[in-house]
Amino acid sequence: MVVMILGILLGVAIIAFLIGRARALTVAGEQISSLHSRPSYHGGYLAIFSTVPAFILSLLWAAFSKRFIESSVLGNFSNQLSSFDVLQVQTFLRDVRTLAANQANDASQVILSTQGEVRELAQEAAGLYASQLSSANNLLSVLVVFLVLAGFVFGYRRIKVEKRNRHFVEKFITLILVACSAVAILTTIGIVFSLIFESIRFFQKVPFFDFLFGYHWSPQSAFESAGGTSLADDNSRIFGAIPLFVGTFLITFIAISIAAPLGLMSAIYMSDYASLNFRSIAKPVMEILAGIPTVVYGFFAALTVAPAIRGWGEAIGLSVSSESALAAGVVMGIMIIPFVMSLSDDVINSVPQTLRDGSYAMGATKSETIRRVVLPAALPGIVSALLLAVSRAVGETMIVVMAAGLAANLTINPLEAVTTVTVQIVTLLVGDQEFDSAKTLAAFALGLVLFVITLCLNVFALRVVQKYKEQYD
Amino acid sequence: MDAMNTKRQEDAVNKMVQNEIKMSGKDVCVSYGEKQALFDVNLDIPAKQVTALIGPSGCGKSTFLRCLNRMNDTIDICKVSGDIRLDDQDIYDHDIDVVELRARVGMVFQKPNPFPKSIFENVGYGPKIHGLVRSKSDLEEVVVKSLQRAGLFEEIKDRLHEPGTGLSGGQQQRLCIARAIAVSPEVILMDEPCSALDPIATAKVEELIDELRENYTIVIVTHSMQQAARVSQQTAMFHLGKLVEVDETDTIFTNPSNQKTQDYITGRYG
Ligand SMILES: Nc1ncnc2c1ncn2[C@@H]1O[C@H](COP(=O)(O)OP(=O)(O)O)[C@@H](O)[C@H]1O
Ligand SMILES: [Mg+2]
Repeated sequence: MVVMILGILLGVAIIAFLIGRARALTVAGEQISSLHSRPSYHGGYLAIFSTVPAFILSLLWAAFSKRFIESSVLGNFSNQLSSFDVLQVQTFLRDVRTLAANQANDASQVILSTQGEVRELAQEAAGLYASQLSSANNLLSVLVVFLVLAGFVFGYRRIKVEKRNRHFVEKFITLILVACSAVAILTTIGIVFSLIFESIRFFQKVPFFDFLFGYHWSPQSAFESAGGTSLADDNSRIFGAIPLFVGTFLITFIAISIAAPLGLMSAIYMSDYASLNFRSIAKPVMEILAGIPTVVYGFFAALTVAPAIRGWGEAIGLSVSSESALAAGVVMGIMIIPFVMSLSDDVINSVPQTLRDGSYAMGATKSETIRRVVLPAALPGIVSALLLAVSRAVGETMIVVMAAGLAANLTINPLEAVTTVTVQIVTLLVGDQEFDSAKTLAAFALGLVLFVITLCLNVFALRVVQKYKEQYD
Repeated sequence: MDAMNTKRQEDAVNKMVQNEIKMSGKDVCVSYGEKQALFDVNLDIPAKQVTALIGPSGCGKSTFLRCLNRMNDTIDICKVSGDIRLDDQDIYDHDIDVVELRARVGMVFQKPNPFPKSIFENVGYGPKIHGLVRSKSDLEEVVVKSLQRAGLFEEIKDRLHEPGTGLSGGQQQRLCIARAIAVSPEVILMDEPCSALDPIATAKVEELIDELRENYTIVIVTHSMQQAARVSQQTAMFHLGKLVEVDETDTIFTNPSNQKTQDYITGRYG
């Protein structure tokens, strides 16, 4: 119903726009320039007045009418339902809704969760529910028609030569833009808050410092006592997040030490050495590489790189586990090379040619020019490119699952299996889980710490960039 | 050109013979890809004088200027032919090192382009990459001397370690000149060095050019007739990629032999 009304309102808006514009032209007569606002602003003005009030009403209706009708139906049957507990009432309501939606069909055919007496009661209630729903919808239609007409007449009479309708329309547009950005910001805030609240619940079961500074991570052995409260002693021993963070940083470090030099060098080659022809082919190819799904890199890591590393390691007498941080890090590094390259290439290219010319004119060679002029000028951009790459590496999950394993070893030996924060979040949440066990809640706590760390990283990066900008602009 | 003009040019050349010729171009042709930008330009540049290149936009002044320190090498599609000499040595010869050439023939650009470094490092850049200084105190001496010669030192002596990009436009341009003279070049090329500056900054730079003439050979591209008249001793007029006329500045401005030159300097076009 509401969807249909919204569709109709869209049509009304277009028609009102056209009428408003035509009206403005009529009002202006010969001298179009006498209009304070251009005709299309008058059109927009009329469209806003004709549709926005009805639109807001429909939205409110969609949000609240169902709940209102349900409580009125329940009120009517409060005597019969007095013995029901909350869950039973919920079931009853669900049946009522199903029955109401299937009114056209034979009621006895509809599959319900309740039987017998309750079922008959539900059928009775469904009749009431359906009739209330249809009268509500009728009321809505009448109100919408009224609002559209009233708005239209109101707006239409205000299309005059001297009316400053442009200001109104511009303000309305600003309002819409503000509303859109508010949605984006509020969603983010909402996510952060849900992270925080779930984490607080986790920290009620596991002490904060035991979590943050614990050396041992094995949530699979989490034990919930019969009452649902966990044994705090055990939990504080198995939810130590240090191995995960060490694993994450180990793999990220390996990945960045591969991606940063390779990506940066190839960006320099691309922007300052390569011929135009080569560049026009190579750059799109690199950007396609950046689009390969990480799971594909994951195969590559697990099936090719990890065995190879193991083979080499054994050849020189090192013991390498078949899943290793090195394999995951190397492949992750390869994965983010195109990313680093593409971003730094853009940054290096945006260093003005006049600076390069200035350096060449001093007799500097190409490499001197790049080292002493281009790179320092591009540094803030390169730093932020690298930090974006770090965030990608920290957030990457698939390659680690496939190549580095799930074992939460506390080690900085790149030849051993390690695991990362994101991988553990995934393993904590897959499968059947109770939503409030310590094990599940741990995922939120991990997410929160990861979020705080990346936030600090970004703030730090912004500081660095800003400092350089101040110095060099 | 008719006989009389040729005669007059010979006179002019004779006058300049007293001055040695620092650089010379013979039959210089330049093309960018298919498009030819310079046609058989013959121009001598006398030592320790200012030579102004004038002419309407797109006539090839910058192109010629950039041939003199081989800055055109940085443009892939640019082909230069002809014979360009510095102290009678062909600068497009195989065994000429552009690095050394550009140390001898410095350049200042239209838009001030200080590096995103401190004032000190901007001026010290050339001496460092050419290995002209041994110690830190040597470097300091060179930097201070160059800034003094560029007439900038007094204004910024407390701010040597602040970014060069923080100076005003005129100061930045003088910084670029200081940067160019820090490697003790013999020739300084300037491509419309004042076109981005206000009148007061322009006056300062012009004054500076006049002083620099004592020690350096200067070639300047300018759009301002007054500027050419004020700072230069020789003026060359370009039109559509050809050198139309070259003579002493006084002669060009009081009694040009070519109609196009006359039209241009009296502001009838360009
Ligand atoms: N990098 C370049 N690539 C292609 N054509 C160029 C380039 N630079 C200059 N030209 C062409 O060469 C001609 C002369 O240019 P230029 O020397 O810059 O003129 P001026 O400095 O006298 O205004 C112009 O027609 C211009 O379009
Ligand atoms: Mg030019």
